[in-house]
Amino acid sequence: MIMIALLVVSALGALAAFLPAQFARFVSTGLAALAFGLSLAMYATGAGFWHEYDKPWVPGLNLRFHLGVDGISWPLIVLTTLLTLLCCGYSLWKTPDSRLIGLLLAMQTGIVGAFLALDLVLFFVFFEVILLPMYAVIAGWGGPAKRAAARKFVLYTLFGSMLLLLGVYLVVDQTGSADLAAPKGTATMAAFVFLALGFAVKAPLWPLHTWLPDAHSEAPTVGSVMLAGVLLKLGTYGLIRVAIPVAPEAAAKAAPVLGGLAVAAILIGGLVCLAQTELKRLIAYSSVGHMGFVLLGIATMSATGLQAALIGNLAHGLITGLLFFLVGAIKDRTHTGELSQLGGLRDSSPWLAGILGFAALASLGLPGLAGFWGEAFAVIAAAQRGWWLGAALAAVGGALAAAYLLRMLRKVTHGSSPPRLTGPAGYELAAWVPLAVLTIAVGLAPLLITDVTGPAVDALVEAIQR
Amino acid sequence: MTTFAWLLPLAPLVAAAIGFFLPRDTIRPAAIVGSLGALVALVSAVVLVTGDASDVVRSGRELGQFGGLTVRLGISAGSVAALVAVAVGLVALAVQVYSSSYLHGDANYAPYAAQISLFTAAMMTVVVADDLLLLLIGWEVMGACSYLLIAHDRKLPEAPGAAVKAFLVTRVGDIGFLVGIAILAVQAGTLDIGSVITKVVEGGISAGWITAAALCLLAGVFGKSAQFPLHSWLPDAMAGPTPISALIHAATMVAAGVYVVARLNPLFAASQTALAVLAIAASITMLWGACCAMAAEDMKKVLAWSTVSQLGYMTGALAIGSSKAALFHLLSHAAFKALLFLCAGAVIHAISSNLIADAGGLRKRMPVTFWTMTIGLAALAGLPPVSGFWSKELILAQAEHAHGWQGRVVLVAGLLTVVLTAWYSTRLWLRLFFGHYRGEAAKPHDPPAAMSWPLIVLSVLAAGFGLFGVLSPAFRARLGGGELASLGLLTAVVLFGVAIGALTARQGAAERDPAAMLGPLRTVFANGFYFDAVQDALVTRPVKALARAVKRVDVSGVDGVVEGLGTGTSWIAKGVNRVHAAGLPRYATATLGGVLLIAIAALATEVLR
Repeated sequence: MIMIALLVVSALGALAAFLPAQFARFVSTGLAALAFGLSLAMYATGAGFWHEYDKPWVPGLNLRFHLGVDGISWPLIVLTTLLTLLCCGYSLWKTPDSRLIGLLLAMQTGIVGAFLALDLVLFFVFFEVILLPMYAVIAGWGGPAKRAAARKFVLYTLFGSMLLLLGVYLVVDQTGSADLAAPKGTATMAAFVFLALGFAVKAPLWPLHTWLPDAHSEAPTVGSVMLAGVLLKLGTYGLIRVAIPVAPEAAAKAAPVLGGLAVAAILIGGLVCLAQTELKRLIAYSSVGHMGFVLLGIATMSATGLQAALIGNLAHGLITGLLFFLVGAIKDRTHTGELSQLGGLRDSSPWLAGILGFAALASLGLPGLAGFWGEAFAVIAAAQRGWWLGAALAAVGGALAAAYLLRMLRKVTHGSSPPRLTGPAGYELAAWVPLAVLTIAVGLAPLLITDVTGPAVDALVEAIQR
Repeated sequence: MTTFAWLLPLAPLVAAAIGFFLPRDTIRPAAIVGSLGALVALVSAVVLVTGDASDVVRSGRELGQFGGLTVRLGISAGSVAALVAVAVGLVALAVQVYSSSYLHGDANYAPYAAQISLFTAAMMTVVVADDLLLLLIGWEVMGACSYLLIAHDRKLPEAPGAAVKAFLVTRVGDIGFLVGIAILAVQAGTLDIGSVITKVVEGGISAGWITAAALCLLAGVFGKSAQFPLHSWLPDAMAGPTPISALIHAATMVAAGVYVVARLNPLFAASQTALAVLAIAASITMLWGACCAMAAEDMKKVLAWSTVSQLGYMTGALAIGSSKAALFHLLSHAAFKALLFLCAGAVIHAISSNLIADAGGLRKRMPVTFWTMTIGLAALAGLPPVSGFWSKELILAQAEHAHGWQGRVVLVAGLLTVVLTAWYSTRLWLRLFFGHYRGEAAKPHDPPAAMSWPLIVLSVLAAGFGLFGVLSPAFRARLGGGELASLGLLTAVVLFGVAIGALTARQGAAERDPAAMLGPLRTVFANGFYFDAVQDALVTRPVKALARAVKRVDVSGVDGVVEGLGTGTSWIAKGVNRVHAAGLPRYATATLGGVLLIAIAALATEVLR
């Protein structure tokens, strides 16, 4: 029931936008906080599903309204509700528009639903719910080229969705079941390829990534945070929850290709960032590289690799979410994102420079911060698989990340200083601090995540090797 | 004992955590917090050292579980770790105290002191880590701290570049380090250092994988310990405040590489290839650093290059399988190099310039600095009976007795370097303290107490440590037993070399720079053999060009296809639209045509059936 409550609260939060404008946004934010609390309350331990809800949905088509939460989905659900809450709080002061907050909650409904769904068709439905709110957020509150970026985002991801739908159809057709709780695992290569392509667009996997930089650089700050923080995770989650379990044999055959593309993404993402001239675009492209590490972990299909992927997923959500908040704060103050026009931030706003430096160090995978574990163990998992070249190249990608982030810091924080900028506002700190604290916490104690995901991952690996 | 072992990294870490939340411009509270952190760590280290040498403190708890691999927050403070921890704690404390005076009035003192504390904590983590990934945490956090601290000075335009270089060059080496750890993790099936070493010793890992792992780890060691060809960041790193140079060059960062090879000694000992690579790199590094130090114009740069050169001695000792000699030199070097940098800081503080050309005649004006620096330089040159002599002598004696050609290479390079070291030490000594004062700053004088006390304490150590080390059986036991001195023919050679070096430098007298004797080589040496230009042409620029090319391909190639599909579709749509927007007559015609077509098709099928 708690899962239904979470979905209902999220949906009510979205509907609250239609209330009178004076208090609509507060009602929505309150409901977002309630949703965050509910998601925390879902915590339990052990393998298997902690909560499950299974009712016929469309009996004629044999569709079920089947929800469930386990160690793989729970951290992502909490990340979603947390980032939504932070974005709502941020928007309360920054863009006090109940429509934007309502859209954020509509998005949350879809994302949480997709993370909860244990029926393939239900999963697909929730997966699609997210698209239009995100389109509206980009097109409504974005930068100067928002219309084109929003259109590209929606068309590209719809293209991915069509492939996904084909995959869903094939799976149901071939296995006669849309169940994700205990998938039959007999789908063919064709089904896997369509599913994987659909998720690869979302993740995004090189070379299906080009919607991302445009969408990010035009989206408003909260849009970018949601996009990088949670939306991309649907792609990797889908691979872990859907594509690999329904077709493990095909996945094992396709794994080297997936791994190769992931390594290509790491290197190409890093190199493009090194030549990038705009701050927000740089952070956007860095996601391509970081998600490459996550995808590399998934491609190994081993317990180590999947653990790395799950913690990397989460770390990327925290760190890149923080980076987009910070970039938003910088652009609000300096009215430019061009690296050549920025500089001297550590003199003009020491606090902002300090937190930006922290976030950049976290993003380059500094050991002791959240980003490190996913990357290091993706490399180790690739080595375990015998992909030595891939492991070495991924490690090179780690050095590239250092190169482009230090270049970014040098251009933004060092150098001649502009006049003093205003310090961080309360609502900004409220958005930054939880993310920074969690980045340190997960970095110092990865068992916060690995203990939660461990049993579920072991069960999954056992299932797909059977 | 376990508590003290945990305090080594934790005390400075707590100090750092507090320091980051102090107001930025407070000096006294920040200095007190930082110094306390270092002091607690130092005291804990001393307690551990005075304990039983054979007693290894082990403790730990699980940090995370990744499939079959467990990461443990595991520490192991053995005899060597405790000794190195003393050096780290001592230098950190000296640097904290000294900085409070050296950087008085600095607007960003609190984060600076906190970063030093974090740096100390990271080095302590490397020292006590019993898990490969925990080691990596300390290892890389040090890189990040060096980045932050080198860039501290806002007025130096070259500081940010030097900071980025320090982090990036070491990070490039760390590619190898991470791959090396991956090899060990996969082959040994564990991340626990003790278990990995047992596995290596028992022959559980094939020789090929051991060599591969050792060579990969060496890449990281070369980066951290500034060995050729990853040494170029260290001379630039002196753009940081002088106490930071002392910290980086003496007990942290550069020491980490040497320490890790000593810690994983059985692994390296099992691979002749790795040791051969290490021996060659060590010999090149030794001579390279010494040559560059001879011509450097900046007094900190002389010391920076001398660090590169002295690190070559340590890695040379490791290459001939004597980690004991390497650690002995690591400790004595920590004492005298920290002393030398802090002395240089006192001189820079007094004459407001880094250049040797602006000093001169400071012997009378700055007696404390003069005497302490004299001890430091004597130790660097290897004059008996101060510390550097004993440790260097031990390395050379070990090289003489070592099997294989590695020993001879290290011995020859080491002896040559003795002469060069004596030469540039004498040059620096004469040019700073003798002759006439050539600077512009009025009345140079000795620094205040907070700066001069660290000098005095360190100079006592630099002077006495060697003799203490040789005489104290407890100390020998901690380093792994055996004699720490084998005075003989080599001693005579070392002394002879020192004498030659000193005499040739003296030839120029104090008034003329002896570096002029180098002739055309002077510019080559002063520019570090133009290695930066080579590196720029071979690595930096190609990578940048590649980045630009990849970006172009990504934008016009990959995204071009996507955009092309979009515009192509709308183009076709427009075409189709135009065809369909022709007006009633053509619609009528088309409809008729359609009807006709269907009719014919229907007829045709009927007929064919």
